[in-house]
Amino acid sequence: MNWLSNFARPGLRKEKPSDKREAPSELWVKCPISGDLHYTADIEKDHWVSPAGHHYRIGAPPRFKALFDGAWEEVALPKAAQDPLKFRDDKRYVDRLKAARLKTGQDDCMAAGLGEVGGVRTIILVQSFDFMGGSLGMAAGEAFIAAAEKAVAENAALICVTAAGGARMQEGILSLMQMPRTTLAIQEVKAAGLPYLVILTDPTTGGVTASYAMLGDVHIAEPGALIGFAGPRVIEQTIREKLPEGFQRSEYLKEKGMVDLVLDRREMKAVVAQILSILTARRAASQAPGQAVDEAPGEAMPAKPQPQPQPAPVASSRSRAAAERGREPSTRGRAKAAE
Amino acid sequence: MIALPVYLEFEKSLAEIDQKIEELSALTEGASLAASPEISRLKMKAQKQLQELYSKLDAWQKTLVARHQDRPRYKDYVAALVTDYVELGGDRTYGDDQAILGGLGRFLGRPCVVIGHEKGRTTQERVTHNFGMARPEGYRKAARLMDMAEQFHLPVVTLVDTAGAYPGIGAEERGQAEAIARSTERCLTLGTPIVSLITGEGGSGGAVALAAADRVLMLEHSVYSVISPEGAASILWKDSGRAREAANAMKITAQDLLELKVIDQIIPEPLGGAHRAPETAIAAAGAAIAAALDALGAHGPEALREGKRERFYAIGRLADASALA
Repeated sequence: MNWLSNFARPGLRKEKPSDKREAPSELWVKCPISGDLHYTADIEKDHWVSPAGHHYRIGAPPRFKALFDGAWEEVALPKAAQDPLKFRDDKRYVDRLKAARLKTGQDDCMAAGLGEVGGVRTIILVQSFDFMGGSLGMAAGEAFIAAAEKAVAENAALICVTAAGGARMQEGILSLMQMPRTTLAIQEVKAAGLPYLVILTDPTTGGVTASYAMLGDVHIAEPGALIGFAGPRVIEQTIREKLPEGFQRSEYLKEKGMVDLVLDRREMKAVVAQILSILTARRAASQAPGQAVDEAPGEAMPAKPQPQPQPAPVASSRSRAAAERGREPSTRGRAKAAE
Repeated sequence: MIALPVYLEFEKSLAEIDQKIEELSALTEGASLAASPEISRLKMKAQKQLQELYSKLDAWQKTLVARHQDRPRYKDYVAALVTDYVELGGDRTYGDDQAILGGLGRFLGRPCVVIGHEKGRTTQERVTHNFGMARPEGYRKAARLMDMAEQFHLPVVTLVDTAGAYPGIGAEERGQAEAIARSTERCLTLGTPIVSLITGEGGSGGAVALAAADRVLMLEHSVYSVISPEGAASILWKDSGRAREAANAMKITAQDLLELKVIDQIIPEPLGGAHRAPETAIAAAGAAIAAALDALGAHGPEALREGKRERFYAIGRLADASALA
């Protein structure tokens, strides 16, 4: 169902294979809204948003940069089975995977980082449309579960930035099984009383929307993003009529009550930080050492079916953020420093 | 004389034999019995033909069997297996979807909640039930009935038979994706046993929403897939005519899925498919579901939730899952 990957992105192709950024790397980029050409470096500074407000599709590093306070560390993701169905259409699936890896420098469509957003410890999981249309397969499912479990272990909030045409057909039923699998992972985050936020970007459709993209505590969409269950082409073929203007776009979803907020990427971080700080306020207060704790540690959390893992005590979020900034984060020697 | 069944495209040779038998029977009716050895010879031939055809159905042929218009439907299962059935309706928010039905009853004597897709059989019924393609209200009704099951400590039986969730403007407008996600979630968080049977077509997210269960069973010739073979073919090759190829590539049969551990058990169908002997198929399905319910009955809510997590996490996972990429 990653048919969306067949859509050409206007003039933004040809990344060098070694270039880890998934954002366009040419000197000039065209804005599809105004038609103007902009200097790429300027657009990049604005987190890949054009002056007319077009939100370019971006991969993990620019997304981390746009959301984390400062440095983040990459979260190692588990290996997944490769092509168990021995699938081939015109090409072998393993060859398609190879090509996508070469193009993006990623193992699959998901990447995860651990850092702080507004001082709140957070894991951000980013799905890159550039990798086989962001399609949800076993690797992405395993990544989601790993990120959720890491969030619980690290006492961190979880944010998933979605972008996908849907399920990865080449993995057949195993891709479909990622819907219940990721849903189970979300339950672990919920049971631990940690926030799970979804940031929906262009496009988010199919099985991704029908599982983890619609199960967040808060849903935020980027302007103009295509978001839906069935793709517009499928709907048009089914009902045999033209779809209304703006159908399945972020603003429409907001109007229909499916997302809480439609936010410009440049304002996203501030609002996400606000949301996280409120949602984790009681938790932070009850866990801060030396502070009066007038309730049981679990009281601020929603009713949950299982005993909750006792999170390690942390310093107040602010001082912790300062401490974080002071030291070089590293998990696997691939840590990056922003700014 | 019994009406001949509706034949599938791969059953042509069989149809011809049956036709001949029919003609001969009409000729000999009440008159000389001279033709009857010929009839019994043909009958044996037909039986052999049927055996041969159905012993090696490919994924596409199974898809056709799974979609057969006379295949038992939700209402047939309920009529045969559920006593004291009271159908309940409505999502309490917008409407009452007819593609997913549900209610209270006793499944072979066991008090429970039953939910399932209904495709309908006659043209009128098919339209009423939207060909088994549910809108958000159907999934919200399912979730609501599962809430009730939890509240009253009742197990849940779901019968899955859908080409997929309905792709329409209204369905999108009212949050089809969210409704599916919530229904899937409700299956997984349920603290009472839930057993799911794929009776015909298990189409994509619209099927998962009712099939994220403790035990997932499939009828022998049913299929369960991420997208319909036609859909896959039109995406992969821009040619829905290559559906057969797509069906075989995707591994959608009960036998494939048992091997992949996506399902737990295959329920054998009568020779020639469930539509040739519906009562037999329904009885076998009922017995298997009842056994699964009984086996799960001993587990408490936590054990059930934990079991579902283990079950689904294990699917497709590498033996050394801790290995890092």
